[in-house]
Amino acid sequence: MTSPPVTGPAAVPTHRGGPGPARFRPRRTTPAGAARPKRRGPLAYWRQYLAISPFYLIFAAFSFFPVFYSLYLAFQRWDGLGSMQFVGLQQFRFLWDDPVFWLSIRNTLVIWVLSTVPTLFGALTLATLLHSVRRFKGFYRIALYVPNVTSIVAVAIFFGAVFSNNFGLVNAILGMVGISPVPWLSNPWLIKVVISLLMTWQWTGYNMIIYLAGLQAIPGSIYEAAKMDGAGPIRTFFQITIPIMRPIILFTVIISTINGLQSFSEPQVLFASNAANANLGGPGQAGLTTLLYFYQSAFLNNDYGYGAAIVWAFFVLIIILVAVNWRLTTRGRKA
Amino acid sequence: MTALDTARPASGGGKRRRPKGLTAHVILVVAVLVSVFPFAWTIIMATNTTQDIYKSPPKFTFGSHLLENIRHVLNTIDFFGSMLNTVMVATVTTVLVLFIDSLAAFTFAKFDFPGRKILFGTLLLFMMLPLQLAILPQFILMSKIGWVGMLKALALPSLANAFGIFWLHQYIQNGVPDELLDAARIDGAGFFRQYWNIALPMIRPALSFLAIYAFVNCWNDYIWPLVVLTDPGHVTLQVELAQLNVGHTTDYSMVMAGVLMAALPLVIVFSIFARGFIAGATEGAVQGT
Repeated sequence: MTSPPVTGPAAVPTHRGGPGPARFRPRRTTPAGAARPKRRGPLAYWRQYLAISPFYLIFAAFSFFPVFYSLYLAFQRWDGLGSMQFVGLQQFRFLWDDPVFWLSIRNTLVIWVLSTVPTLFGALTLATLLHSVRRFKGFYRIALYVPNVTSIVAVAIFFGAVFSNNFGLVNAILGMVGISPVPWLSNPWLIKVVISLLMTWQWTGYNMIIYLAGLQAIPGSIYEAAKMDGAGPIRTFFQITIPIMRPIILFTVIISTINGLQSFSEPQVLFASNAANANLGGPGQAGLTTLLYFYQSAFLNNDYGYGAAIVWAFFVLIIILVAVNWRLTTRGRKA
Repeated sequence: MTALDTARPASGGGKRRRPKGLTAHVILVVAVLVSVFPFAWTIIMATNTTQDIYKSPPKFTFGSHLLENIRHVLNTIDFFGSMLNTVMVATVTTVLVLFIDSLAAFTFAKFDFPGRKILFGTLLLFMMLPLQLAILPQFILMSKIGWVGMLKALALPSLANAFGIFWLHQYIQNGVPDELLDAARIDGAGFFRQYWNIALPMIRPALSFLAIYAFVNCWNDYIWPLVVLTDPGHVTLQVELAQLNVGHTTDYSMVMAGVLMAALPLVIVFSIFARGFIAGATEGAVQGT
């Protein structure tokens, strides 16, 4: 899993007593090695190449090459055993007409919006609160971050138990106040709500830590000045905090886009026990995310070409959404 | 919007703000309760019998059936075997990632060489790509070399941890002064000595952060082990846990005991190192204040 790091661009540590957070740092100076001019051909740098070679060998074999190979696969028909057959754009044409693929895209987008929006707003609120208090800061940070280190499998099983239609805690509590059981795990919308709640629970603390790092990086003198100019707290928040935090917010939006669109384990585990529907994302395939569909096509149906086409189409979607988000988040920053 | 009222730094005057501080604490405590509730409820489910959970209303207190449920788990799945697999893979991966990444990061941060920009740029670019683009060819590659089902197939791809290099690179650039390296060079320290004796000790906080990050990720990884460990008797903890859930939905308390056993070790380990971990992640930002 490439669950993203607990750091934003501004959270990168600087040297003790260093020139401050990354965002405010002037452009870096030339590397120490550059101070030694008069070097000849690349061979003179064999030590450096040797030092980075372990990474780049593995990287080439397991990241670089595979990404392009999967693009190549998307133009083939192959079950992994027989011989490959070039089919041109046929996989993509099939994809275009495949209602299940579009269903999976819709599911993914809905889950993404339902989880990302509350996650980021919640994280920003909690970070602001946490920044304002003086006591128990360390405790709050750890307690709120813990969900992020809990395994998705464990969390998904837990959510499945709690939201179970018949025996779940949520329906039991609703029953105690006289509300009839809610079909959490069979209604198409509620399925997405449950998955989104799961993701929100897991990622709010993570984003909060990033925001908190950003808030702590804002020099107190700026607030002093604003206060002296008579700016109220709300004004200060929207006209000082938010603009300064913009790069960090952008970072979290992008990470959340990349991450949130990759929901796979959540629906896979939640609905795997649904024997008749294994890996299909639950009743009505309402929890079938694009990656789950990819997994099903590639690894359960052994349709490698189609799987590759799904994942590449999905990648294009991510790029588009990241670009849109980038535009939305950076717009009006001149203000 | 009480949240916004408190946006001012804590140093901005203490009087008259007590109620606001209280509101903040109340909201934070509620958030903490939400974030730890699943652990508590998992423990409650794992310590009761399935009948108690299925009752309406369910039992809300801790029971005394934990050992019994754990025994069921141990009889149903190869818990310790899969846990051992996970621990081994996560440990080896973490150690190797630390070495590979710190060496490369040090080189990128402190030396210039032909192709440096392109290589580093490629790394950054691929850091942003979804992992799933590569997973199918990775699997094909593994089956070509006959490693499918083996633990080494699990570890190998995650050794190329681009984020780790990026992270350490930033840290080394600012955290390891050029003057120090120059001085060492004048004293005759070679490239590897500069890395091992000077850079490594200085970046220990960043390394410990990366270690936890890599270990947790490896421990919790699900899709790749699910794909590549095809032998049902030889999987990681997460895959085994998911299988436990699939096969035994009728025995909730047993499944929840499994969840508890699988999730708790990591949560405990994390809680011990959490201070350093979170401080490591926020350190740079704190410097600015």
